[in-house]
Amino acid sequence: MAKIRGRGIAAINYPTGMNLGGDPSQVVIFAQPDGKFVVSVASVELGQGLRTALAQVAAEAIGIDPEQIEVKFGDTEAAPHDTGTFASRTTHRMSNAIFAASQEIKKIILDVASKILETTPSDLEIRESKVYVKGVPDKFVTVQEVVNKAQFVYNTPVVGKGLYVKPKSPVDPDTGEADPHSTMAHGCTIVDVEIDTETGMLTVTDVYTVYEVGRVVNRNFVEGQIIGGLVMGLGAALTETVYPRYPSLEYQTTSFQEYVLPTAGDIPRINYKIIENPTSTNVFGIKGVGEMVVNSIAPAIANAVFNAIGVQITELPITPEKILKALAEKKKNTPR
Amino acid sequence: MVKIRFKLDGAFVEVEAKPYQTLFNVLKDHLGTQSVHFGCGQGACGACMVLVNGKPRYSCLTLAGYVDGKEVVTLAGLAQDGELTPIQRAFIENNAAQCGYCMPGMILTAKALLDKSSKPSDEEIFDALSGNLCRCTGYVPIVRAIKTLVR
Amino acid sequence: MAQFSVLGKPLVNVQLYGHVTGTTQYIDDISFPGMLWIKAVRSPVPRGVIKKIDTEDAERLPGVVKIITAKDVPNNLHVNMAVVGIGPPDEPVLPDKEVNYKGEVICLVVARDEETALKATQLVNVEIEELPPVLDMEEALKPSSPKIKPWNSNTFTFGSGMDGATPPGGQGRPYFLIKRGNVDEAFKKARHIVEGSYLVPPIEHAPIEPHVCVVKPEADGKLTIYTATQAPYFVRDNVATILNMPPSKIRVVSPAVGGGFGGKVDPEFEMMVAVAAVTVKKPVKWRWTREEEFTVSTTRPAVKIEIQDAISGDGLILGRKARLLHDAGAYSRTSPYGVIKACFNLSGPYHIPNVEYRGYCVFTNRQPSSAMRGYGVFEVSFAVELQMEKNAKTIGMDPFEFRFKNAYRNNQISASGKLIDDAYIIETMKEAAALAGINLPAHLLSMSSQG
Repeated sequence: MAKIRGRGIAAINYPTGMNLGGDPSQVVIFAQPDGKFVVSVASVELGQGLRTALAQVAAEAIGIDPEQIEVKFGDTEAAPHDTGTFASRTTHRMSNAIFAASQEIKKIILDVASKILETTPSDLEIRESKVYVKGVPDKFVTVQEVVNKAQFVYNTPVVGKGLYVKPKSPVDPDTGEADPHSTMAHGCTIVDVEIDTETGMLTVTDVYTVYEVGRVVNRNFVEGQIIGGLVMGLGAALTETVYPRYPSLEYQTTSFQEYVLPTAGDIPRINYKIIENPTSTNVFGIKGVGEMVVNSIAPAIANAVFNAIGVQITELPITPEKILKALAEKKKNTPR
Repeated sequence: MVKIRFKLDGAFVEVEAKPYQTLFNVLKDHLGTQSVHFGCGQGACGACMVLVNGKPRYSCLTLAGYVDGKEVVTLAGLAQDGELTPIQRAFIENNAAQCGYCMPGMILTAKALLDKSSKPSDEEIFDALSGNLCRCTGYVPIVRAIKTLVR
Repeated sequence: MAQFSVLGKPLVNVQLYGHVTGTTQYIDDISFPGMLWIKAVRSPVPRGVIKKIDTEDAERLPGVVKIITAKDVPNNLHVNMAVVGIGPPDEPVLPDKEVNYKGEVICLVVARDEETALKATQLVNVEIEELPPVLDMEEALKPSSPKIKPWNSNTFTFGSGMDGATPPGGQGRPYFLIKRGNVDEAFKKARHIVEGSYLVPPIEHAPIEPHVCVVKPEADGKLTIYTATQAPYFVRDNVATILNMPPSKIRVVSPAVGGGFGGKVDPEFEMMVAVAAVTVKKPVKWRWTREEEFTVSTTRPAVKIEIQDAISGDGLILGRKARLLHDAGAYSRTSPYGVIKACFNLSGPYHIPNVEYRGYCVFTNRQPSSAMRGYGVFEVSFAVELQMEKNAKTIGMDPFEFRFKNAYRNNQISASGKLIDDAYIIETMKEAAALAGINLPAHLLSMSSQG
């Protein structure tokens, strides 16, 4: 029983947004009299942390505390049209839309605050939930007081709207010439594997993975995507398919007993790093993250197997059966 | 029909069920229990997990009649008087959930493990969690959360 | 580095309090008085002609309220991607003539509880005359293969305005085409030509929460659809068209979803629940089983990619030819979009000045495939990175060196003619190497995406 080790790399990129664009995102923001801001989007909280991430974006854009923000999502009667929560589009598009809506909100806040503080809007700035006279730290009014007075004294609604779309790109039918995406994010993964030559079992021992995400909104959520995506990719690489004898329908899986997902004990040592390279297509430089994190580990593992045994397994999943066949083929082709 | 009387999250309940109905079916569709989730009905994912007399069980594989005279605790029954337990706080601090759907199984399995042994090894943690599937987190923050409670 | 006050801070996910206390509400927790349950009668065969649907015994089972068939659907056509210009619509909501994949819904049972609905499905008699299924993509492309689409082919037509991308009037082709530079010249100049063929089979999203939907008819004639979806407005538009109702009468609500990963993007079943609700005039619920998730819900497509690279003596890829076959399954859904997206990414993060890429959207008699995390690119990244490795090995170059040399840089032009201004793969590879303790040689470390 021998264990062979191998190392493989994969370098990938991934587009942000729906292919070719034409996928608008819209938001409405309004302030309640007690200073709470409701950010209403038709995006959906799937677990990716949207509710918190978009609150951070709005808080940054307006100049207030994220605790003052409630993100309301997933109701077509509470929010204007959004194309959907997929294609790594939401944080990118929605944050642009939220920024636009926030600019409207800020203008209203500064107008009303200028009346309260008896100055001009251009003398004021919003930060830490207060409207300050620039350069005069003890002359301010709270945002809460401003939005309250706006509605009850100055008869001014505190509402902002925003829409962001990357215009749909035409495509030349004979060359494919087009502008397919807003921006590309990048990833590179290196894996170390150990193969048992008697059983064909492959163990991924170490993963080194780096993702360039434009700008980090919340590290917890980027880490969540990196690790979660890595494990989803691990399953795809080693055990998962609904048609084990594809293209035949034979043995189509019907349960988790047949369709094997990784569990807690199957996870390799993971070293990761997040790097930033802001994109000019987003106000904060944000790129989409949620999908590309699945795409680098399967080819890295396949390349590690190639490195270990000298045979390239070009079909997923890389099962012990395929490894044993590859080892036998290698043995047959090796001159004595 | 069989009459089943049991303690659910600290309160006594009595239901009538068909002899072949599962505990999940009774908890979810009869009693409207929000803290068990339908994930597979096949005893693999653990989203339906409950503690029966302190031991974790798949409610989808447990006949409802089995819990007659026993105590059933769901995820919602952990916090006493609104105070989160250390496990729940550890999960929050370690960002150990994303969509949250697998949480009944993950947290109750962790609780049962730590009730049994305050110093489980990594292998024991992985073994305990082997019956709980998560598709979002990749398990790392969940294991991290549990390890913060290992003395 | 810009200074932000809130952005970038690792704030705690506000959803976690609900998750750890079991109080987050999912669609399965939504219930209304008098709510009925749906179960489906599904095709046992992958391809056939429906001869008879006999629902008499099922209708007589106490607790069964209604059996919904094709004739109950006002506008019996899925229009998933018509909103983005993909057509023609090729999928019925409920079939009345033929079935095209094993598990395709034939009719729905609406009953007072889940158990009764399930029992009733077993009492419905369906007679189907089986036809030989088309399962292999290469076979499907042959002229001799049975044709499973009404336009008498097994491929989607690109290039003539029905693919959501090209303008009308162009030449239709059975593949999407990307062509830049002169590949034939590149191949003539090459020192090495390296070929590879790669296959990714269908993979299932398997979120722990299955598909669940509750449709409630409101007192004023409107419909509220509670569904675990990633795209509420897609559901609204599709249901409106299928029910012949104005979209303004439909509200879609999707609170917390237990994982999507692309599997809850296509409105696969909401319209069926809506048809049932409108027909019986009561709230109706459908919770899919895990078997249905695996055997019927959309999957990642199977994709076969053949690549040929023309490589110069100093290790630069001069040209690439690629042929991509994308297994759409029985119906289009989002596959034409997926094929186009895949083709735009066949160069990977590399500069390849001469390319010819052909992407086929092939129909087979299996459960339809659609978006899954990394749509179109998961398979392409797999193929491209294995090809890069094979290239490096063939010419005897270090795998990192080969990638660095061929990496794209700013101000280069992509295969689709787009000016690259956000290249960063070189820097990303440097960081990964450093993380893994690999000391890259100086001539690689001195490279950058700026040129």
